[in-house]
Amino acid sequence: MSEAVTSGAPGLTQPLLAKRTSKRWLISAALTTAIVALPVLSVIFLAFFPEENIWPHLLDTTLPRYLTTTIKLMLGVAGITLVIGLATAWAVTMCEFPGRRFFEWAMLLPFAVPAYVIAYVYTSLLDYAGPVQITLREWFGWTSAQDYWFPEIRTLEGATLMIGLVLYPYVYLLARAAFLEQSPSLFAVSRSLGHSAISTFFRIVLPIARPAIAVGLSLVLMETLNDFGTVDFFAVQTLTAGLFDTWMNLGNLGGAAQIASTMLMFMVILVTLERYSRRRQQQFAARDNRDPIRRFTMSMPRQLICVAVCAVPVILGFVIPAITLGQFAWEYFDESWNSTFFRNTLNSLFLSGTAAFTTLLIGVTLAYSRRLHNTRGMQIMMRLSSLGYAMPGAVLAVGVIIPLAGFDNWLDSVMRNTFNVSTGLLLSGSAFALVFAYTVRFLAVSAGSVESALQKITPSMDMASRSLGHSPGNTLVKVHLPMLRGTLLTAALVVFVDCMKELPATLILRPFNFDTLATYVYQFASDEQLAQSALPALVIVLAGIVPIILMSRSISGSRSIA
Amino acid sequence: MRMKLAAATAMALSVMPLSASADGEVNIYSYRQAYLLEPLLNAFEQETGIKANVVFAKQGLAERLEREGRNSPADVVMTVDISRINELVERDLVAAVDSDTLADNIPENLRHPEGKWFALTTRGRLIFTSNERVEEGEITTYEELADDKWNDRICTRSGKHPYNIALISSMIAHHGEEKTEEWLEGVKDNLARKPQGGDRDQIKAISEGVCDIAIGNSYYYGNMLNDENQRPAAEAVRLVFPNADDRGTHVNISGISLTKSAPNRDNAVRLMEFLSTDEAQRIYAEANTEYPANPDVQPSGLVAEWGEINPDDLSLQEIANNRDAAVKLVDRVDYDGE
Repeated sequence: MSEAVTSGAPGLTQPLLAKRTSKRWLISAALTTAIVALPVLSVIFLAFFPEENIWPHLLDTTLPRYLTTTIKLMLGVAGITLVIGLATAWAVTMCEFPGRRFFEWAMLLPFAVPAYVIAYVYTSLLDYAGPVQITLREWFGWTSAQDYWFPEIRTLEGATLMIGLVLYPYVYLLARAAFLEQSPSLFAVSRSLGHSAISTFFRIVLPIARPAIAVGLSLVLMETLNDFGTVDFFAVQTLTAGLFDTWMNLGNLGGAAQIASTMLMFMVILVTLERYSRRRQQQFAARDNRDPIRRFTMSMPRQLICVAVCAVPVILGFVIPAITLGQFAWEYFDESWNSTFFRNTLNSLFLSGTAAFTTLLIGVTLAYSRRLHNTRGMQIMMRLSSLGYAMPGAVLAVGVIIPLAGFDNWLDSVMRNTFNVSTGLLLSGSAFALVFAYTVRFLAVSAGSVESALQKITPSMDMASRSLGHSPGNTLVKVHLPMLRGTLLTAALVVFVDCMKELPATLILRPFNFDTLATYVYQFASDEQLAQSALPALVIVLAGIVPIILMSRSISGSRSIA
Repeated sequence: MRMKLAAATAMALSVMPLSASADGEVNIYSYRQAYLLEPLLNAFEQETGIKANVVFAKQGLAERLEREGRNSPADVVMTVDISRINELVERDLVAAVDSDTLADNIPENLRHPEGKWFALTTRGRLIFTSNERVEEGEITTYEELADDKWNDRICTRSGKHPYNIALISSMIAHHGEEKTEEWLEGVKDNLARKPQGGDRDQIKAISEGVCDIAIGNSYYYGNMLNDENQRPAAEAVRLVFPNADDRGTHVNISGISLTKSAPNRDNAVRLMEFLSTDEAQRIYAEANTEYPANPDVQPSGLVAEWGEINPDDLSLQEIANNRDAAVKLVDRVDYDGE
């Protein structure tokens, strides 16, 4: 591994490879993209048929607030996730302090906590009847809420903090991988030229890691933009809240689809601008795997600061929610520990596992096709297939129903007309629909990470393999996949954890009598009784831990450490 | 290619659970939590041997039903708000049911004239007042919520919640849009905090001293009294049936409709009839402290203690008709704003 090519670089490989490649990869990539893009295209299609023009009313009334709230929320979450994610990634990669190896993976733990769960947990802890305020009242002898001031959790700031705490691991994960990949000699050179560690961090380390950080941050922003659970619970009026209001209260699905499409466009523009702004950047970093990272040794107070910086996000984002859920789970244990609980757990594991596998498979197909045919069309296909992430889950679910039910009904009428048999609904309302929806939603995660990892493999590998007579497929299996093991595992595990948490699309698309842990929790949470479903909520959180440890190992394993 | 085969197998396996609609079943799309339906559906299965299957979601089920078209497996839709039910009628997704049992059990004002929906329970939208800081009888109507006297003393959930939208729709029906806008502005000016949380949270806010008056559905209060942890908060408030002495208290319904495509039509009608009977209505009344739609069934002991409810006899259809106007009014007044 001698050359790292960032995603902004033009394809170095295609003229040599494309000539000899069969059209099969291109066709399968095109077909996959067409299928995967159907739900998003369906929503855009719906946007052309609103019940009434929603915009004059929105412009007159709430749109300005929706916009400012959304922008504030996104900026706030971006700030929190960048600060926590970058600081901790840097600390565990470059500094030596007690507990560093533990924090390497522990920093990822909050990722397993669904945003709506952390929101409920903190509300129950921090509201008037919660333990924090009760204790304060006992200490100071206050008797009612009028006697003292206490920060209100159900606010824009509260939502920003909640969402930031569970999403910073995206930035951490990608930033850490990027830091690990950077050549330590770059850093040493900068220091020897008289730059301080901090100045080196901002002038050398961050710019080189920027593509990875941008990917992490765009995932964070898309999730933030689409969050409904938390903002609804906190009554924070974002665009997504406006979208659901238009859909559910005004019965104007077309209008809602217009808002969703606008949000989608906004995200696409944002991501494109970021890519455009570094279009001239190309990095070829000579990097030797045996070149060890020399971690800073620091004074005791500085080490303690490192410990604190890493510990606080984990405590807030994971330890406190897990303990609170644990307490509730203990109180309501008898109600929750039953066969339903086990069935739901199995459903969640099965669906998330299948979806992680499918998503990875498609991600590899697309990313490898792009390596073989690095054309403009292929790039567009890549982007198109990743749009599902930029849409609220419930809207995407409607987008999934449209093609699936359309296909089912078409097949049914063909069969009725020709054979006089009704096939009914084959795909709609099945577990397939769920796996399909998860794949569409989370493909961005897997395709993106596989794509960027593939770009770092030097084309001479392909050439060597191909000149030895291997087909492109054979080369992929024998050369690329083994080298990508770490990336593949990470991508699959991120998707797995995301699927375990997925709620809105699952609710709408699932078969009869079918619950995942997330939908089961929601039943109670939506009836204002989260405590009764704390056990399954806790399992969602705990089920994320194993993948997270695996993920972290695969990253550390990518580099030997002195 | 081995991977593709594995993927294909996984997909094929994942399709398996769908083919589950045998005879002797009835399929429900429900906007109401499945665990709340469970005791009713168990009783139904015990009596008839018909097994009920449920999908619960708060959004998107109408879209799913519409797109699935004539092949949809859903037999009935259960909803918790008149506007949601009305939407099914307007989109032509539900069928008329002509059943003597339902006609006998459910009063005329609680069902669609052609039988396209039937109410199963009603719930009053009540005013709750602090035991300590508000005298009994100090507030008796929705209109008084806009009175300056309550400045900085009222708590509600979001104005956009369907239950508040329905209340505002009923105000529009009685007073017209202009007067209602003035009223809603008055209520907003009296809010002690930005609307947030659910109905239970407003009752809690009274017990915490954040506000003195809240609006909420009757059964939330009842369920809080039945829950050990929440009882102290509920005991800090007194309930008021607004407008009891004039037009009556605004009520909303939970209801059921037969889908047009119902594959198990007979079973579905049997379920609808069963849910209107004394037995099922009693379960509803006890389990979720709602008012039974069937007038022969008494509310639960706890609910009966609150005294008789005098429901506003405004037609539910009219409430549904004013929905869009109410939603836009909430935006204009900026009810949920800072």
